Amino acid sequence: MNTGNLLPAVAAVAVLALLLGAALGWIASILRSNPGALVERIDALLPQTQCGRCLYPGCRPYAQAIAAGEADIDRCPPGGETTVRALATLLDRPPRPLNPRYGVTLPPRVAVIDEARCIGCTRCLPACPVDAIVGASRSMHTVIAPQCTGCELCLPPCPVDCIAMVPISAPAVAAVGNARFASETA
Amino acid sequence: MRGGLRLDGHKSRPLEQPVIVAAPPRTAVVALDQGSGEDARPLVTPGATVRVGTRVAAGRGGSADLHSPVSGVLREITVLPTPQGTGRCLVIDADGRDELDPGIAPFDWQALEGAALIERLDAGGIAGLGGAAFPAAAKLATGREAGVDRLLLNGAECEPWICCDDALMRERAGDVVLGARVMLAACGAARATIAVEDDKPQAIAALEAAVAVCGDDRVEVLALPAVFPLGAEGPLIAAVTGREVPHDGLPPQVGVVCQNVGTAAAVARLVRDGMPCIARVVTVTGSGVRRPANIEARIGTPITELVAACDGYTDAPSPRHLIAGGSLTGRALATDAAGLTKGLNCVLVATADDLPPRGPEMPCIRCGDCATACPAGLLPQQLHRAARSDDADGLARFGLADCIECGCCDYVCPSAIPLTARFRAARARHRQHEEQRRRATEARARYDRHQQRIGAEAERERQAFEDARRRARDGAERSEPRSDASSGPDRD
Repeated sequence: MNTGNLLPAVAAVAVLALLLGAALGWIASILRSNPGALVERIDALLPQTQCGRCLYPGCRPYAQAIAAGEADIDRCPPGGETTVRALATLLDRPPRPLNPRYGVTLPPRVAVIDEARCIGCTRCLPACPVDAIVGASRSMHTVIAPQCTGCELCLPPCPVDCIAMVPISAPAVAAVGNARFASETA
Repeated sequence: MRGGLRLDGHKSRPLEQPVIVAAPPRTAVVALDQGSGEDARPLVTPGATVRVGTRVAAGRGGSADLHSPVSGVLREITVLPTPQGTGRCLVIDADGRDELDPGIAPFDWQALEGAALIERLDAGGIAGLGGAAFPAAAKLATGREAGVDRLLLNGAECEPWICCDDALMRERAGDVVLGARVMLAACGAARATIAVEDDKPQAIAALEAAVAVCGDDRVEVLALPAVFPLGAEGPLIAAVTGREVPHDGLPPQVGVVCQNVGTAAAVARLVRDGMPCIARVVTVTGSGVRRPANIEARIGTPITELVAACDGYTDAPSPRHLIAGGSLTGRALATDAAGLTKGLNCVLVATADDLPPRGPEMPCIRCGDCATACPAGLLPQQLHRAARSDDADGLARFGLADCIECGCCDYVCPSAIPLTARFRAARARHRQHEEQRRRATEARARYDRHQQRIGAEAERERQAFEDARRRARDGAERSEPRSDASSGPDRD
């Protein structure tokens, strides 16, 4: 058994491995999408409620945390299972159930101010992450319903508890079904 | 034509007698959405006095103008049942005098052309009476801009049970031909083809006689085989002209404007009598009514009154289904209180004899019958699989957008899968999803602006604080220069 004959082969394989490894590393560094783009793509999947239930101050910060590997994908109750699944697909991770620590998924709701009880303290105005509340000091406030994301961040600052969350009535499209299958859609 | 079905028409009973002209309703319930999916904007307030033909609501793009079908007083504008579900309606109490609006007068259409004529048709509230209730003037205007060469009048009426267009063509062929000539002048096409299925020989004969009388050789009558759903816009255009409308396009792109024959008759009434579109012929049929008939009724006539004109419901104890439209593409009506709309061509009062109950749904066995029957050339079994798993990409890839919801696939399905209902639901979900996405984009933009503003405010406050501190320090330095100077050497 002549081990001397093996040496050139081992050397060749080692050199090859080094070269290929370097090439792979180089390609990986080129192909690594810049972190900003990844944040954008994650942010696009989040529901933009800006509710902070994930314990980040908004959807984009949460997206940044996911992109940086600091947070898991199961922290968005408003997005629910759909969002978790979409995130899992995007990031090529196994989907997982929503973490109940961060809340449960509810049907979409909007804030409604009981205008008779509102004292016009303006404390809810800066709390709204999407500026969907209009009002001025000692004047009645109101929520612009189409722009309210239902984040509930205006509830804690209100000193008179005059804000309530009401469910959005689902669009009536599904109410009318094919006549032949009245039993199925009725 | 691709796919399709040959079906039993069930059309003979209403055609045994001429069209019944129903009395004007005591209370007209005029839906602001006449079937096109968009509300017209009301122009009158409760308490206003209206007459027959008074403009009561203005169209906005996807909806045509609305005119009062009766003379009387507008009671209220409120949400009531409509053939599409529920929607805002004008409730007009008739005074029984049936006075015409003073503005109603015939006009000389031959003196007008193109845009001017289209404007008059628009003001007449002419909407597609085939079912879509889309403003006819808008369609003609796009056709004119695109320079179409063919006006296609749809008298195919392929769906079982519906025969209002058949009755109209038999009795008012002259109106249809006059309407065709007016619309030719409006859209600038060279030729008008009235397409009728060959199971309506009387209608074809009447139309040919009317064409001969008017002597306009630009109008022709074409008999087509009676196959469902040949009366749908896409398949009809393909069958008559051999051109296929692109899946994301409109008929004018292939040089065709398509209008219903009922719409043509409404145009004829407008130019001849000046009467805007306030009435239509509707089929009331099925084993659930005593005397099925075609009825010419004012828009807004409650369906109860239409049924009463057919001698009422039968006493059959079997459950009745009230359906707006035919048995394949119709939609269930929750109540017979809804008012007649421009888009409602048939009220089918079906009993269990008419619509045999479906067996229980069974798994797809991949027989492919649905794909053979599909007139749009889709693969319903694949669409169904995507719809079940709520796979938006799959639905888009297999062409959900091109489904015309004709119901051929679930008619032939041996496993009794309610495919069309699933596709409708999937479409509704898709719309909801799009809406959510639109709202999310808006919320993101607003959140970004909010953050920017908060940041800018904090920055301003910090600046102000810094400025104040600097001013305070400068002020202190200026007010005690001497002590500073004297203290300096001391420290040394």
